[in-house]
Order: sequence, then structure tokens, then C-alpha cells
Amino acid sequence: MRFGRTPEQHAFSEALDDLLTAADVVSASRAWSAGDHSPGLKLWQRLAELGVTGLLVPEDQDGLGASPVDLAVAFERLGYHGVPGPWIESVAVAPALLAGTSDSDILQRLASGEALVSVAHASRALDADVAERTYALNDRVGLTAPDSAGPPPSGSGGSTSASPALVEPGERQRAGVETNTAPSAILRHAVVGAQRRSVDPTRRLFDVTPGEEVAGGDAGPALDLGTLACSAMLHGAGLRLLDDSVAYVKQRTQFGRPIGEFQAVKHLLADVRVALDFAAPLVHNAAVELETEAPTAARSVSAAKVAAGDAAYLASRTALQVHGAIGYTREFDLSLWILKVRALVGAWGTPTEHRARILESLVEAR
Amino acid sequence: MSTLEFTEREETFRLEARDWLAANNPGRLPSMDTAEGAAAHREWERTLASGRWSVVAWPEAYGGRDASLTEWVIFEEEYYLAGAPTRISQNGISLLAPIIFGHGTEAQKERYLRDMTDGTLVWAQAWSEPEAGSDLASLRATATRVDGGWRLNGQKTWSSRAPFADRGFGLFRSDPAAERHRGLTYFLFDLSADGVAVRPIDQLDGTPGFAEIFFDDVFVSDDDVLGGVGDGWKVAMSTAGNERGLSLRSPGRFCAAAERLVELYREEGLDKLDHRGSKVVDAWIGAEAYRLYTWGTVTHVEAGGSVGAEGSINKLWWSDLDLSLHETALDLLGADAELEGPWLDDYLFSLSGPIYAGTNQIQRNIVAERVLELPRGSQKGGAQ
Repeated sequence: MRFGRTPEQHAFSEALDDLLTAADVVSASRAWSAGDHSPGLKLWQRLAELGVTGLLVPEDQDGLGASPVDLAVAFERLGYHGVPGPWIESVAVAPALLAGTSDSDILQRLASGEALVSVAHASRALDADVAERTYALNDRVGLTAPDSAGPPPSGSGGSTSASPALVEPGERQRAGVETNTAPSAILRHAVVGAQRRSVDPTRRLFDVTPGEEVAGGDAGPALDLGTLACSAMLHGAGLRLLDDSVAYVKQRTQFGRPIGEFQAVKHLLADVRVALDFAAPLVHNAAVELETEAPTAARSVSAAKVAAGDAAYLASRTALQVHGAIGYTREFDLSLWILKVRALVGAWGTPTEHRARILESLVEAR
Repeated sequence: MSTLEFTEREETFRLEARDWLAANNPGRLPSMDTAEGAAAHREWERTLASGRWSVVAWPEAYGGRDASLTEWVIFEEEYYLAGAPTRISQNGISLLAPIIFGHGTEAQKERYLRDMTDGTLVWAQAWSEPEAGSDLASLRATATRVDGGWRLNGQKTWSSRAPFADRGFGLFRSDPAAERHRGLTYFLFDLSADGVAVRPIDQLDGTPGFAEIFFDDVFVSDDDVLGGVGDGWKVAMSTAGNERGLSLRSPGRFCAAAERLVELYREEGLDKLDHRGSKVVDAWIGAEAYRLYTWGTVTHVEAGGSVGAEGSINKLWWSDLDLSLHETALDLLGADAELEGPWLDDYLFSLSGPIYAGTNQIQRNIVAERVLELPRGSQKGGAQ
């Protein structure tokens, strides 16, 4: 029995840390927010050289054919360092989504880092302006009903549609979406529309209109891989928020003492540590179950997303609290992680949608 | 591999445990903190021992099976999934025995270990004193040197199992001149000895789960000093680590409770996500996280690692998890939640989790200071 990362995975994580610590990721993020992609794309290329972009691409297409566990290792570090770009879409989702389709020709260039891809999972596509291709999925993602190729619900930000496959059957019916069977999303090319502003300025979101269908895609595993990557990224971001908070409370003094001496501050940060430490094995287990195609894999992915999201959110709220007003500014780099966590908590299925999927699975399993 | 796969030997062990439990498990017994319940629990310990299931991780020479850590956790999973009774021998097996194995003399091993595996000797924990809760270093009960041994004086309190136990273990100040941690010695004593008076205290659930113990010139021979004279603190700290970490709260307990909670949710005719459903899911996620975290710890320990202050992280999680699991169950039961029953019993017990084994405030200080390495500072209330 062995439950944990292998020495190779630890080494991979450290290699990513070395690269990203030396790179000026913060500047790349800020440039990305302002629409200047060049430093971020340079970073993309350097990570491609370490194999990150080809992790899930099969070896015969110049990828690494690595496991979901390796994917989680990488995305934890991407989250820790706050790397901008459509990583989840290009690296976690696209390989599984496009394999076996007429669009699989792009996989080699995805692996080498030459091509970026975006996938609209919840109405909008991330970084479609740098993606070579943008796709839209219409089931389980709340775009539109399967046979309607009309524009997604847009307008005053309010009408976020439900995510049909993540809610229980009755709800799906009411939402006016097909209720048949397991997720069988229809994959389409997307026509990119107007840009929208995310709470996280590095996330450049675009409205999309579903277009021509791409035959043969299998969205189920692809979406679970995206959700897993998002969970790992959240966990990594949470670890960073905790590290930065711990460093800050050791040097920030009030009443003549470092505020890290105050029990109220200690207890807040201890709770963050506890939450992150217990989210970690859920993320790892979800990756293992996707790797072994365990029957409970989807449920485990949802559990990872809920726990990593809750822990990272707690980390962000606590980081803001212990930093005080400086944490509430954009000039201070902490904001990059605070805002990213808020965005990722709702991305790739909201906590409510994932809890519903878990409950459905638990009740059915009786 | 990085997965949760078990060897054939481990799977065989699991099935053997499952079969034996299915055939022998008496189910829920009366509270062990009543005379009737204590007798029934001692009987259950005898049955467990007869199948060699009472101390699976111990050496075979002392009634165990030499089981690995992995096998121990497997056994605990099966034990709780079977709904088998709580263990009246817990104090002895989990808190005292590791110390006897680690610090005891050969004579002490012979005298005490086997008798605690079959319910013959039930042990009371006697650490707390009035005025000294989590702050064990401030203990005041004394041990005074006399011919061939020591005289114990003073008072212990919140001594779990003491009303129906045979013997106790605890720390006494053997050198009043020494500073706080130094000068404490670990003693084993007979609860029926001359000069010992036990006054039961009813817990929130109405049963005398703990007691005050008064010592009036109680003689203890040198044979019952555990570890060295003056080394009591060091010895006690290793038991505190056991209690907070793996040994007392195995994941099986919470996984089984989470399973029952989902079952209750279904029985109540609920199946979709409302606020109660969310709480059920979160309790299930919490138990699942605890299970997986434990397997991570087992992997770490079997690879030669150890569990230090991380035990405090563990304790914070299971104590909060236990409480929220049972609060959620009571919420599902609605108005019936106030009626006596298994969920209410377990809820009342879960209320003690954040208090005993070092309060959760103390645990948070330990996590902050030893894991996050935040400054200790001069204020009171820091981890020692």
C-alpha cells in the first residue's frame, strides 16, 4: 500500500518551482491582464520545454503520455506561482477532448507549446484571444440546449444558466435540457464574441457562439480532468496564500511585537493549514482514480473540487484579513491570488453543482 | 504506484477480520460508564482477545498479530463498519501500552500488558488536575520518596474510566524544587489501594464517564514507576502524541458514521441537495479526507517517517468532523433529535472532542508555532 507522490513526481514539482521562482511570473501576470501576452507566452514556452504542455498528449503525438497524478502535481505549482493563461483548457482538457476527433491534428502542436486552445465550459472561453482554436461544449456546461446553436445567454451578467449534468434529474428537466444518460456533450467550434471582465484580471473571458460540430469528442473524462486541474490549481494558490501570510505576520509588527505572536492570528492561520492539508489527499485521490478509471472517479473529482475550493477560499479570506489594508490593494501582489481563487471557486462547476453530483452518487450507491 | 492498492495478504487479513466480526460482533452495548455496561464491555474484550483481535498491532507474544500499520488501519475500518462496540480498554491499549513497550521494564511488560488485552485490567487515565487542564506542566499532586517506593498525595480529576477501572496512570511531582516540566514522574497505581478515593462525576450524557481521584498517602512501590524518576514529562508527551494522532481516532470510525449519515438522509426520504444535503455531503467529504489523509500518514510512517506536530492537525480535523457529522444527523432527525438514542449519544460524546487530548486552542497554537513556525512570543497560552 502506498498513497502519495512518487520521488519522480516530487522532482518534477521541484523543477517547476525552480523555473517559476526564477521567472518573473507576477510581471507576466500583470502584462497578461493588460493584454500584453508576450511575457506569459515566453513562460508558456519554457514550461513546454519541461513537458507541462504535453503531459496528457500521447507519446506517439510527441507528448509525455503522463498520468492525471502528474497533471495534478503540475497544476498545483501553476496555481502556487499564479501562472496566467488557458492552462486548464489547453493542457488538461484539450488532449482528452480532441483525441479521436477530426481536430486531433492540433495535439502535437499543443504538446510542443506552439498552440493554445480554449474551451468554453460555462458560457465563456478563457483567453480566446491567444487560443488558436476555441471550442464550446453544450451539455453539463449550461451553454444552451443541445440542438440550439443560438447565442449563449448573455447580457447583464445575471442569467448564468445551470449546469445541467451536475444537478439532479428533476432539476435538469425544469431547466429545459435533455435528461438522457451520462454526460455526452456535443463539441463545437466556437465563434468568439465580446470580451467580458472577470474578477481575476488575468482571466480574459470571451462570449462564444457555438458553431460547427466536431464529431467524436468525449467530454466526460475531459471535463473531469479540467476539474481536477482546477482543484490542484486552487490548492496550490491556497498554499501560496498561506506561505505569504505566514511570512508577512512574522515581520509585520504592531504594539511592538510581530503580529504572528498574537493568538488570534495564529489560530486563523492554523485553520488554513488544516483545511489545505486535508484537501491535498482528496486532490491526489481524484487524480489516482481518474488514472485507474475507478467507478467513483467522478465523485472523487467533485470532492476534490469542493474541498480545494473551500480551503483556498479560506486561505484567501484569511490572507486578506492578516494583511489588512495592504492586502486590499491591487498594487500588492497578494491580490493576484485572492482574485484568482475567487474566480476558480466558481469555474469548472460551482461548489453547489459538485456537492449535488456527490450527493446523487452517494444516494444512488445505497 | 501512488494508489490505494492492497496486497493479497492485506486483503486476506481484511476478509478474515470482516468474517470474524460478522460472526462475533455483539453490536451496541450499554454505556461502558455504567456497572452493567462495563461488565458487558469487559466480556467483549475477552471475546476479542479469544479471536486475537484485541491488539492486532502488538507482538504475538503479548496476544497480538504483529500486524503492520496498514493492517491495523484496515482492521479499524472493518471494526467500525461492522458497528462493533467502543473499547473499554482504549486507555490501556492506546495510551499506556505504547509507553510500557517503549519505557517499561520487562517485569512491567509481564505484569500489565497481557491483562489489558482481554479486559482483565481496565485502566483509568489520571492526567488532569483541578487548575491544570491542557497545562500538564503545572501539575501539583506529589510523590514523596519512602522506603522501597513513594507516597502519593493530592488530587486528579476528569479521570476517564476511573469509576469502573482497576488501575490508573498519571504524573506526580516527585521533585518540588525542579522547574515545571522537570521533576515529574510517571506512576502506575491501584485504584483499590489504601488511601485512594474515587468520586464519580456524571458527564453531559448522565453517565459517570470520569471521576475525581483523591490520594492520601498512597504507597506505590518502585516497580510502578514507569520510565525514569523525573522523566514523567517526556513519557507523557509521547502518549499525548499517540492520543492526538493515529491511535485513538482511526478513520474507520468517521467513515462508518458518514455512511450511516447518508443512510439516514435516504431514510428520511431526502435525495436532493438542500442545506441539509450540503451538510451531509460536507460530512462525507470530511470523513473521506480523513481516510485518505490517514493512508498518506501510514505511507509516510511505513517509509520511515514520523508524526510530530502534525498530530495536532489531525486532532483538529477529527474533532471538528465528529461534531459536524453528529450535528448534521440531529438536524436530519428534526424534533426527534432531542430524544435519547444512538445519534444523540454519539453527539454528546463528540462534544468532548474539541476539549480532551489537549483543547483545540492548544492544538492551534501547536500548529502555528511548530508547523507554521510562527513566533512564540511572551504571552501565556502558547504551546510549551
